[in-house]
Amino acid sequence: MKIHEYQAKELFRRYAIPVPEGAVAETPSEARAIAAGLGGDLFAVKAQVHAGGRGKGGGVRLAREAEEVGALAGEILSRPLVTPQTGPEGVVVRLVLVERGRPFERQLYLGIVLDRAAERPVLMASAEGGVEIEEIARERPAVILKAHFDARAGLGAQEARALASRLGLAGATGAEAAAIMQALARIFLAEDCSLLEINPLVVTAEGAVVALDAKCDLDDNALFRHPGHLAWRDPAEEDRREAQAADFGFSYVTLDGDIGCMVNGAGLAMATNDIITLAGGAPANFLDVGGAADPERVTAAFRLLLGDRRVRAVLVNIFGGIVRCDVIAQGIIAALRGMTLQVPLVVRLEGTNVETAREMLRGSGLALIEAETFADAAAKAVAAARGGAA
Amino acid sequence: MSILADRRTRLLVQGLGRVGQFYTDLMIEYGTQVVAGTRPGKGGTRHHGIPIFDDARAAARSVAFDASVVFVPAAAAAEAILEAAEAGARLIVAITEGVPALDLARVKATLRESFPAVRLIGPNCPGVISPGQCKIGIMPGYIHKPGPVGILSRSGTLTYEGVHQCTALGLGQSTCVGIGGDPVVGMSFVDLLALYAEDPLTKGILMIGEIGGSAEEEAAEYIRARFRKPVVAFIAGKNAPPGKRMGHAGAIISGGRGTAAEKVEALRAAGVTVVDSPAEMGAAMQRVLGSEEEEG
Repeated sequence: MKIHEYQAKELFRRYAIPVPEGAVAETPSEARAIAAGLGGDLFAVKAQVHAGGRGKGGGVRLAREAEEVGALAGEILSRPLVTPQTGPEGVVVRLVLVERGRPFERQLYLGIVLDRAAERPVLMASAEGGVEIEEIARERPAVILKAHFDARAGLGAQEARALASRLGLAGATGAEAAAIMQALARIFLAEDCSLLEINPLVVTAEGAVVALDAKCDLDDNALFRHPGHLAWRDPAEEDRREAQAADFGFSYVTLDGDIGCMVNGAGLAMATNDIITLAGGAPANFLDVGGAADPERVTAAFRLLLGDRRVRAVLVNIFGGIVRCDVIAQGIIAALRGMTLQVPLVVRLEGTNVETAREMLRGSGLALIEAETFADAAAKAVAAARGGAA
Repeated sequence: MSILADRRTRLLVQGLGRVGQFYTDLMIEYGTQVVAGTRPGKGGTRHHGIPIFDDARAAARSVAFDASVVFVPAAAAAEAILEAAEAGARLIVAITEGVPALDLARVKATLRESFPAVRLIGPNCPGVISPGQCKIGIMPGYIHKPGPVGILSRSGTLTYEGVHQCTALGLGQSTCVGIGGDPVVGMSFVDLLALYAEDPLTKGILMIGEIGGSAEEEAAEYIRARFRKPVVAFIAGKNAPPGKRMGHAGAIISGGRGTAAEKVEALRAAGVTVVDSPAEMGAAMQRVLGSEEEEG
């Protein structure tokens, strides 16, 4: 689960990582009032969206006075924000974060992810912050310093100090940076993050170290032990159908084609998307209804797929193992009896009792296209989506 | 022969609740020796004659077992794995889905330090089956048959698809292992390839990978350097959008890394027969084993 910058900064405050003073606003007048309350002569106005690359799309702006803060907030809130990560249609901005601006002398980068190959979290640090870290990783990987740490013990004080000194930070500034690194590692472990980033972490003229930005992704599988994190979920940021699917307990990802897919199991669902592409078609979605594929789930999945206007054909690909194919066929028949099919439906079942299942589908009187093999199913779905006969 | 599990394997089932019981009955039906179960608060009762204990430690005091299968809920799965290791299980197969990634990082660190001989499979996996001998997990047993193909995969139903294609062509399997779909799992492709290399029954490998992480690239490197049996591979998720989790917690392209294209390229460069279509897994396996026989 992704959370907003202002929410990540709430988390930072709890762990004593210094962040600029500020608050979020829904309207230009609120933004202006926050700036007036903060005082001073430099403010940052930042669009709160999950997509990265906000700066490039004009979603992060600086202002000198409260009036200007209001005007900039108005601009940001009035139109979709397009960033390299949003696609050309952009995302609607409903909240801006207004902060006291912090002039700085240096920009650094800090990040933590779980290094899957090493099976340990890794703290990444760079003396060149404020730019896209992926770019630096590609072009000059040596600039990024790495320190793996034990997920049970956290990041040691000595390691943190050594890293700060390699970033060129000495004295009180170095100690502050090291403390921030340790706090970041504590957040990562205690709050079950999958990614934490401060870009940039800045050093001010007085030598203070401040997290100007904050990015945090949380491990969905660990939300059960952090009920408080659920309040940070922002449904407006989620794809409408993906959110609907999540309510049913499905894994669903919107893709840009026109063949709706219903599959049991994530691997088989990805493979079904692949084989459709290979057959010259384009899947409208990834949908894993779960290994069991019982009638209720099948019905819910049909509703979801048939509610998608882009879908010109539906492909059901289910491997019936423990849950037998005849039971799945029963579910499909029951689901379809209750709705009108506006688009062609291709069904491929494989596994236990598949012969009985096929007879049941044939005998149901439902207008569905039967496919025998995996490849056959893809070819028939692609033909059906094109409007040709299978 | 086979790897990991065979007729002699004595299995403990951790989490003999409703779901655990369902799959336990199917394992017993398949011929697996299930010798004990655990269920908190139910110590002293039995399931089909199998003694149930409160935890793995209590089970170890009265029953000898060398393997364990974990069905306990995600919140307690990490603890159950470590408990099985302490109780003496040498093979632990964790079926549970939804275990926090950092729990696995902690479990693996403890296993490395304190139980280096323990082999962990999963979590979030269908399990391990040595056809005709032993089934530890939730896969449909009947689609398998004994034979020369070792199958290893990050997925569940796609593994069944691969098994089914092989069986339909008369190609049986030595041992099939679902390694799990999470970011951090127990044994890796490389760990398992090393076992298959030593197994005389295994003549060829079908490896089913997917986007996310670098397990396939590491396997490619291992195969190139020292694996001498033929390998067929399929990588799922060619059109997955970056940054989206495709069902499995571990199936995600992050920071532009972990794409299907990178994995296919690495495997092909290592001499692996990578099929573009998931419908071709069995046929490709048949081809490479056939040409192997002609050469031999």
